[in-house]
Formats: sequence, structure tokens, C-alpha cells
Amino acid sequence: MPSDTVTTLADKTARATPLALARRVRALSDQAIAWLFITPTIVLLLAINIFPLLWTIYLSFTSYRANQPGRPIRWIGTRNYERLLGSEDIWGYMQVTASFVVWTMVIQVLIGLGLALLINRNFKGAGFWTTVILIPMMLSPAVVGTFWTYLYHPQIGIFSYIVNVFAAVGPLDMIGSVDLAMWSIIIVDTWMWTPYIMLLCLAGLRSIPPYLYEAAEIDRAGPLQQFWHITLPRVMPFLMLAVLFRGIENFKMFDMVVELTSGGPGSTTELASINLKREAFEKWRTGYSSAFAVILFVTVFGLANIYVKALNRVKQT
Amino acid sequence: MRSGRFLLAAAGLILAVAAPAKAEEELTLCWAAWDPANALVELSRDFTAETGIGMNFEFVPWTNFADRFLNELNSGGQLCDLMIGDSQWIGGSATYGHYVRLNDFFTAEGISMDDFLPATVYAYSTWPKGSPNYYALPAMGDALGWVYRRDWFDRPELRAEFSATYGRDLEPPETWTQLREIATFFQGREIDGKTVYGAAIYTERGSEGITMGVTSVLYPWGFQYENPDQPYDMDGYVNSPAAVEALEFYRALYECCTPPGHSDAYMVANLDAYRSGQVAMQMNWFAFFPGIVKDETVGGDVSGFFVNPRHTIEASVLGGQGISVVSYSDKQDLALQYIQWFAQPEVQAKWWALGGYSCHRSVLEDPGFVDTAPFAADFLRAMSGVKDFWQEPTYAELLQSMQAHVHAYVVAGEGTAQEALDSLVEDWTFTFEDDGKL
Repeated sequence: MPSDTVTTLADKTARATPLALARRVRALSDQAIAWLFITPTIVLLLAINIFPLLWTIYLSFTSYRANQPGRPIRWIGTRNYERLLGSEDIWGYMQVTASFVVWTMVIQVLIGLGLALLINRNFKGAGFWTTVILIPMMLSPAVVGTFWTYLYHPQIGIFSYIVNVFAAVGPLDMIGSVDLAMWSIIIVDTWMWTPYIMLLCLAGLRSIPPYLYEAAEIDRAGPLQQFWHITLPRVMPFLMLAVLFRGIENFKMFDMVVELTSGGPGSTTELASINLKREAFEKWRTGYSSAFAVILFVTVFGLANIYVKALNRVKQT
Repeated sequence: MRSGRFLLAAAGLILAVAAPAKAEEELTLCWAAWDPANALVELSRDFTAETGIGMNFEFVPWTNFADRFLNELNSGGQLCDLMIGDSQWIGGSATYGHYVRLNDFFTAEGISMDDFLPATVYAYSTWPKGSPNYYALPAMGDALGWVYRRDWFDRPELRAEFSATYGRDLEPPETWTQLREIATFFQGREIDGKTVYGAAIYTERGSEGITMGVTSVLYPWGFQYENPDQPYDMDGYVNSPAAVEALEFYRALYECCTPPGHSDAYMVANLDAYRSGQVAMQMNWFAFFPGIVKDETVGGDVSGFFVNPRHTIEASVLGGQGISVVSYSDKQDLALQYIQWFAQPEVQAKWWALGGYSCHRSVLEDPGFVDTAPFAADFLRAMSGVKDFWQEPTYAELLQSMQAHVHAYVVAGEGTAQEALDSLVEDWTFTFEDDGKL
């Protein structure tokens, strides 16, 4: 074998290394080299992901408060978890969050899939309309929350004006009404993120080979049958992936809702993440809020795992 | 010509060399972003001119003010050398060592707390409350007051109609009952072809808004936070029949007399509602009143001012702040120099003239003071009966509990006033138990 022939990872690395180091590198095994490269990443991951997670779990069993530097960290066992799981307020915030996630997902899937089917028809100007539809998704959630407060304003907002064109209900206070506040955040989230669902559905639709529809037509399958037996099964993995991403995002939704309603009126739209922030950085109950964060993490992690298994099953069928 | 260029280059070199030395002589002052902050920037130019110490300012909007700067203090940050922190922060900041205790400095420099209005010294400077332990110099006196559309109140046809309906003249209200009658009178009325509303009150959920609004009614109803003979004993005080009645009154006022969509409103929202000609009256901090007087649309004779109405007693919600030296600053000497400069009577007089609210008695007790601004007399009257929220180290937790309970009752209409205040007592008791006070 010629001496300059590169055969191992160590040789490759040695050739790209200054001469002084090259000899040492040549002495390393491939596995050692691989470890050398991935160690910084692993260290970084441990430092910014794993350590905070473990530290949060530890703090969740203490009465620690971050705003009281001199106060010793006192181990209180599972008291934070008992208080959290026994609190009606916490269950209320979880219900509000679940309601928000479920409604946004249902509405966005229906509209997103519908829009994708329309855009997929490749009519004249389809590209232009795709771009227009995608614009809300590109905005900052905090900005969206802020300007929708103006759109929703009962006196000067266009939303109330449009509703009154169709039904004379007078000034419509979407944000201040207990009955409408939840719908106000669902509508804004739908406006902003339906394009995302549409985009993934469109990718799914474009991946369906045309010959499947040609074969179905030969078999005299109607549009509804084609949709039910070809389109939907083929798009389903993309749709489920979109729901997974958006579901996790909406479970931890914070900025847009804070700008829009601040969790009000009362606690009508106080999502779990908003309450978590209040407990952690306004009330400074660090131990208690750590326990809440762990519960939320386990919930999302568990639900996401179940969902991913379902997704894999759909892919296999 | 050449020698001129040479001199210019030499001067540039000298400036370049001198610049880093000057940059070291700089202070950063942290406060809220609002009208008085602009006045302070203007005032501080004199300090820089006198001492050569440059001033930087970090101003944060009120909605994020506590979040941002309490985080800074809790993390031992060195961004701020001087902090004009909210009055409620004094307990926590003294207890946890965020502020420098100023007693020795005051003694050494001959700064006497007797030169400042006692209510402001008590509220902005002392911890434990009322003790001679000073952690701030009273910097910005403030209280919750009211502004009204004098031009509307002066209209003969409106005065006649009001008089016929309520049997008295349409004048700024002295009591809360009168205020509600006036607000009801204006609610939904057409004025100059535009629908107007009664009053803009605080309803904000996120920071402290609705608590400030609700306490402006609770205090005149004789509200007490605790048993005067037994600290932290709140049952029967916070949820007393008078407190329940006051909270019910605030909700009734919100329902009858606020503009549509006024469900999450604090200072700026009230100012906007008033300046845009939407409401006949607004509650707001006196700090904003100089801006209203100068306003193009509602300034001058268009607006009038009145002190928080009374019920069984006369009382106003305390605002305002003291100026403190941050203990994590490595420029404490310079910061103390600023406080020494700021405490001078002539600086305090200019502070008031620029739009800041001095707490110095030489300014406030000057015989001509009440004539210096249309709201000056009301400010003095308000400051003589101010009451503040808890100033405990756990104030933020206490505040958030109150925000949640009163917003749920007043704006969302959940439960009763009694239930809201009973729940508040439970939450506050838990907080004090957790803090080792009970």
C-alpha cells in the first residue's frame, strides 16, 4: 500500500493537522477520533440541556427561591408535587391549555388540508396565493398578539366591524369577554399557523404519484372515494407530523397569548406556560415552579411518545 | 494652515487619550420609561456639567419594569449603579442586600430625612417600615389621582341636565358615589357627534394595574391589610364587609361606566382613552399630569384634576419611588455623589419645575407651590393620605395573588366579592407561612 494512500479516519485527520500534532493523531484509533469530535457537542449538550433538566428535577423537591440568595435550599420531598396535583387552579390551567391545543389543532387541520387541496389544483396565480397565505407564519408571535389586540378592539377594530356587517351585535369585546376570550386566541393562532399545516399537507399531496389517480379513474372511483382511499392515507403521515409539531408548540404557547390577553379575563386564557412563568419569575417560587415544569415536561414527552408510535403505525400501513 | 492642522490633530489625540478616562466616570441609572424619566435626563445634565460624571439611563416600560429590574437585582447584575425602584421593592431589596443602607452616608453628608415629606420617607426609604433604616432617598412622589374633561363639565346644557337628574351641580366628585353618578351620566352620551363613556379605570391583569385600581376604592372604604395589633392576621380585615362592599363597587363601576374593551387597561390605555376624547374621567398617576396639561388636544383649560374621592375616609393609592444605590455596583462612590447632588433643595426645585415630583419639603411647603401647576394642590392633598400595597420581601407573590383574584371577579365576573377576598386571604396566609412570617 502506498504510503500516501488514505485508509483510516486517523490518517485523514492527520493529513489535515499541523505536523507537530499529526504524529499523535495517527496513533489514535478511529473510535478515539470519533469521540474526540463528538465530545464538545456532548459536553455542550450536557451543559445546556441535561444539567438544567437534572437541576430542575432536583429543585422540584426543594423550597428554593431564586430571589432569596441567602436562604438555604431545603429538601421538602414530594410536597411541591402534592400541592400542584391537588390544586384546582393548576388543573384549571391544564384544562385551558388542553382546550386551546385541541381546538387549534382541529380547526387548523381542517382549514390547512382544505387550503392545500385548493392550492394543489395548480390554478393560475397559485404561487402568488401560496406566498400570501404563508405571510402570517413569518411574523413574530409577540407582534401578532399586539396587533390583533387592535384588530379585536370593540370600537376601532376591524373584527368587530366585520361581525357587525353580518350580525348587528354591537361592539364585540373578544378579549374582555369570558365567553369569547378563548376563541380570540384560537382564531389568532389559526390565522398564524394554518399555513404551516397547509405547507406540510401540500408536500404530502405533491408526493402522491399521479398514476394512482389515473388507475382509480379507470376503476371508476369518484372524487370522494379517491380522496378517502388515496389522498387521505398518503397525506396522513405529513398531517400527523404537522399536528405533532404544532401540538407541542401550542402546549407551551406563551408570547402571543400574553400580548393578546395576559391570560385574562380572570384566568380564562391563562395557559399552563403563562402560569408557570408567573410562578417562576414573578412569585419566585422556584422549587414549586420547577415541579410544575417537570410535570409539563413529562406530559408533553409522554403524549409525544404515544403520538409518535401512532405515527409510525400509520406510516407502516 | 499647517500649524492649524497640527493643532487639530493634537487636540484629537488628546481627546482620544482622555476619552477612556472619562468613560470610567459614568453612571447608569435604571428606572421606568415614562414622562418623568425624560425630565430626569434633562435634570441630570446639570450633574454631568458640575461633576464631569456621565449619565447613562436604562428605562424599561412599566409593564416589564418589575420583571426586568427585579431579575437584574436578584441575579446580582451590575447594569444599574442607581435604581429608582418601585416603593414595594424596598422590603425585598433591603432584606436580600440589593440596596446599600444609606444611614452612614446621610449622616456624613448632612442629608436629613426630616427635609422630605414624612409619608414619602416612610414609604420609599425605610425598612423595616417606619424604622430609621434608610435604603433610598425619596425621589419621585406620586399618588393615584383623577383627570376630568372640564370643557364637558362646563357645558350649560349638560350642567342643566345633570342638575335636573341628580339634584346637584356637575362638579368634580368628592365621593365615590358622586363619581359613579357622573360616570353613569356620561356613559354612552353623544358629545360633538361622538359616543363617549364615563370613566377609564385600571383593569390590567399582567402586572399591577387592577390591584392599583381596586385599592383606590378599598382604601377610602377603610381597608386594612392586617390586624393592627397582630401582624399578618388578615382574616376579617382583608375580607371585611367594607372591603367586600368596595370591591363590589369597583366591579359595578367597571360594568356601568367604562368604554367597551377596557378589560386590560393600565396607565397608557387610560391616557389613550382620555386623550382620544373617549371618556369624561380617567384615573391615573399624578406623574402623567404635567403631560396632560401640555397636551395639544386635552391640555390647558380642557382638563381639570381632582383627588381620589373619599367614602368613609379620604385616602389615595401611593405611587412613586425612591432612588437607591445598587450594592452590586462597583461605582458606589459615584452613585452616592449623584444622590448627594440630587438631595439639594435647588436641584429638587428644578426637578419639580421640569415635571418630576419632588418630595423635598422646601419645594412642597413653599407658599407658592400650589400655584405652580393646576394639579399641585391636589397632589399635596393626595400625599397627605396615601396608603401603599404590601412592601414585604414577598410583595410580588402577594401582588400576583391579588391580581388574579380581583381580575377574576371584576372583569371576568367569576364568583362573588366575598369569595374573591376570602381566597385572597388564603393565598396571602400561605405566602406568609411559606416566608416564615406565620
